[in-house]
Amino acid sequence: MTWLFLLILIAAAVAAFLGGRALARRRSVGVRAHSRPAQHGAWALIWTAVPALSVLLAAAVFAPGVEQQLMAAGAPEAVQELEPFRRQAFYADAAAVGAGRPAAQIWPAPYAELLPAEGRRAARIHLMLSLGGWVAALLAAALGALYVFGRIRPDLRARNRVEGWIVGALFACSAVAVLTTLGIVASLVLDSTRFFASVPIAEFLFGSQWSPQTAIRADQVGSTGAFGALPLFAGTFLIMLIAMAVAAPVGLFSAIYLSEYAGPAFRATVKPVLEILAGVPTVVYGFFAALTVGPALRGFFNGLGALLAGGPLDPVGQYLMLVQNQMALVAGGVMGIMLIPFVSSLSDDIINAVPQSLRDGSYAMGATKSETVSRVLLPAALPGVAGAMLLAVSRAIGETMIVTMAAGLAARLTLNPLDTVTTVTVQIVTLLTGDQEFDSPKTLAAFGLGLTLFVVTLLLNIVAQRIVITYRQQYD
Amino acid sequence: MTEATQIDGARVNRLRAGLKRRYARERRFRAYGLLAIAVAVGFLLLLLGRIVEQGHTAFYTHTMTAPVYMDPARVDRAYPQGTNFEQLVAEQQLRRLGVVDDAQGTKASAMRGLFSSELKFVAAELITRQPGLVGQTVTLSAPLSDDADLYLKGEISKDTPAEQRRLSDEQIAWLDRMDAGGQIAAHFNTGLFTKGDSTEPELAGVLGAVIGSALMLLVTALIAIPLGVGAAVYLEEFAPRNRLTDLIEVNINNLAAVPSIIYGLLGLALFINWMHLPRASPLVGGLVLALMALPTIIIATRSSLKAVPPSIREAALAMGASKTQTVFQHTLPLAMPGVMTGAIISMAHALGETAPLLLIGMVSFVPGLPHSLVEPTGALPSLVYIWENASERAFHERTAAAILVLLAFMIVMNAAAIVLRRRFERRW
Repeated sequence: MTWLFLLILIAAAVAAFLGGRALARRRSVGVRAHSRPAQHGAWALIWTAVPALSVLLAAAVFAPGVEQQLMAAGAPEAVQELEPFRRQAFYADAAAVGAGRPAAQIWPAPYAELLPAEGRRAARIHLMLSLGGWVAALLAAALGALYVFGRIRPDLRARNRVEGWIVGALFACSAVAVLTTLGIVASLVLDSTRFFASVPIAEFLFGSQWSPQTAIRADQVGSTGAFGALPLFAGTFLIMLIAMAVAAPVGLFSAIYLSEYAGPAFRATVKPVLEILAGVPTVVYGFFAALTVGPALRGFFNGLGALLAGGPLDPVGQYLMLVQNQMALVAGGVMGIMLIPFVSSLSDDIINAVPQSLRDGSYAMGATKSETVSRVLLPAALPGVAGAMLLAVSRAIGETMIVTMAAGLAARLTLNPLDTVTTVTVQIVTLLTGDQEFDSPKTLAAFGLGLTLFVVTLLLNIVAQRIVITYRQQYD
Repeated sequence: MTEATQIDGARVNRLRAGLKRRYARERRFRAYGLLAIAVAVGFLLLLLGRIVEQGHTAFYTHTMTAPVYMDPARVDRAYPQGTNFEQLVAEQQLRRLGVVDDAQGTKASAMRGLFSSELKFVAAELITRQPGLVGQTVTLSAPLSDDADLYLKGEISKDTPAEQRRLSDEQIAWLDRMDAGGQIAAHFNTGLFTKGDSTEPELAGVLGAVIGSALMLLVTALIAIPLGVGAAVYLEEFAPRNRLTDLIEVNINNLAAVPSIIYGLLGLALFINWMHLPRASPLVGGLVLALMALPTIIIATRSSLKAVPPSIREAALAMGASKTQTVFQHTLPLAMPGVMTGAIISMAHALGETAPLLLIGMVSFVPGLPHSLVEPTGALPSLVYIWENASERAFHERTAAAILVLLAFMIVMNAAAIVLRRRFERRW
């Protein structure tokens, strides 16, 4: 049915275009018209399609709510008595049965008998509402067409009007970007405030106990210490440090080599290879970390521990023998590899932006290439490189899949790279992929973590971009 | 005169020594640079090499073919699905190998562990279609079970102590004898590409996830490309320079750097909890990925619009075209190769994105093939995540194989983008 009405609507729009064009041609015989007939047609099309689409949009937004109201209004008493959560589930199943799909769960005695009847009612209400929506849409289209056909005249500035609509539509497209940001902020803030209502914000930020699992029980909601995110921040920080310890030197040195030493042929082969490294999905890095790097490093440390155990370094040996696959070093190291191309390409741009005159001056004074790089180019490029590193840090903090697959779940306050730690992103995934009860502090905590993550990465990005931009302007 | 020469000589010697040191440092510095590149390239090779090494075995598999006497006493003609074909086949196999079962039937159940439960469905379907076969001997073939398959691929070794491997000595001996008797054949694993996900590794395939990913990318492309191009055209060609457009611009740059998991949270809160769209559906996945891809497409489109020289616009305007006509009939078509390249690359990126998919519910097992935009489905990257978490060892090779499939798609998309750029890009 949806398709039929859609077809009617499209046909109406096409008819409006053709009709508008024909009308414009007929009315402007012998007169010099302001706009071409096709532009009149386009104007007619807009006035037919836009009202109809607005009605449909409104229907799509409000119909589910109205449907629920209607269902609730006529529901049998047994259903009315259900608790809200179960009642929702019952309505959902009624809608499913009405649409000919199987119910999601098996209902006990009074409800099982009610289900077919309620299903029919749900189907009726649904049909009524969607039919109503479509009829209203077609009516709106007809009204729009009526308005527009009366106004097609040779002196109508149809082209300007149509172009105004086009520019408006383009503006709406770019507004989507802003709306996305607003959506992110709104969803994070709304759910976070609900979370912070049960857990004080200071406790969340500075508490050192993280054990959200224990807070599922009703008597423990927001119990002291369960939602202290400090260990998560520490774990995130540790993994970020390890990642940067790998990515910063390797990325920077490869950028220096590529921009200062490499010949064009070498550059042309190595750059695409680095781009491949950047294009590998993070889930693949996670797989690599979990099944290759983790066992390998663990084998290495366990072997080392076995060597040391019993000797003068016995405690160290004993510790090393117990090191696990999920140590911070694994996730951090692999994340570092992932960030190499990112750091390298950003640094490459920045080093290339240093004016040639600085290099020439340095060479003219007899400096070698490495001296020029380390004493002239890098100091000149320092702000830019710092900006690039901050962007990489922000990436490392927000990276999810590598840590989800290769880091642990134990929230621990430590800076030891051989310990297992957990990160903010790992916890968000863990909290939201388990049970589906949406109002427990456990799931809302994920939004608190998400808000923190968003704010931190946003600040890092803004600062980094500001630095990079001012740096670029310096040499423009 | 001599004094001056002496001083110079000392100085020259000192400088020479210094120069040697400086050149040594220069060589070292250069070596660090090369080393850094070698590390990066080395890791890439290691990564790809390991995945090929782990995944190549998933592309072939073993099938057992056995003559089976359809015992009329055991096969239920009226309801073939109710027959325990696995037991029937296992007993006959044992008899053929000359093994006598004990009273509890432990040997028969050990034998049943060697082939897939798929056998049951193959046999039941055969009998349903041709009930006349009951009482006769038919040849049935079915995949080996995951552990038996791993043994024949050499992944389970006879040398491992029996209590540490999933196959007993007895089972291994049977497998060897069946293999020697020509009952087991290795062949290309077509099931990997023609089946959906399954809890049995030997029956699991990637097709469901491939279709899911394709549906999702379709939604993403239909939303993100028009919106992204529209936004870029507005910002590049129409927008007045004012506070609002500056804000939009800063906003887009920041959105491109927002961690992907935040988009997952947005999708969960906005599309699932607020708009009540179905969880884990390609529709929601596509919407989330579209929001993620939007900034990248906008940035790519803007830079290719910028590359179109102003003379084109001026010529069009001078001929009496309006601003809109100039953009849509001249600037945008000329920028199209760049736009499409950027769009394809961002689609390839979206294909590999995993974190937001986990949050909108694509972590649960979805059997079979998807057939609608609003039903729960899997996607390739989330399948990789699910299989990586599975406990069966046979899923490890399949995870690597799924990664290879994912990478193959990404390579094809990126290659398409490169070809497009090479063929159509214009230098002004």
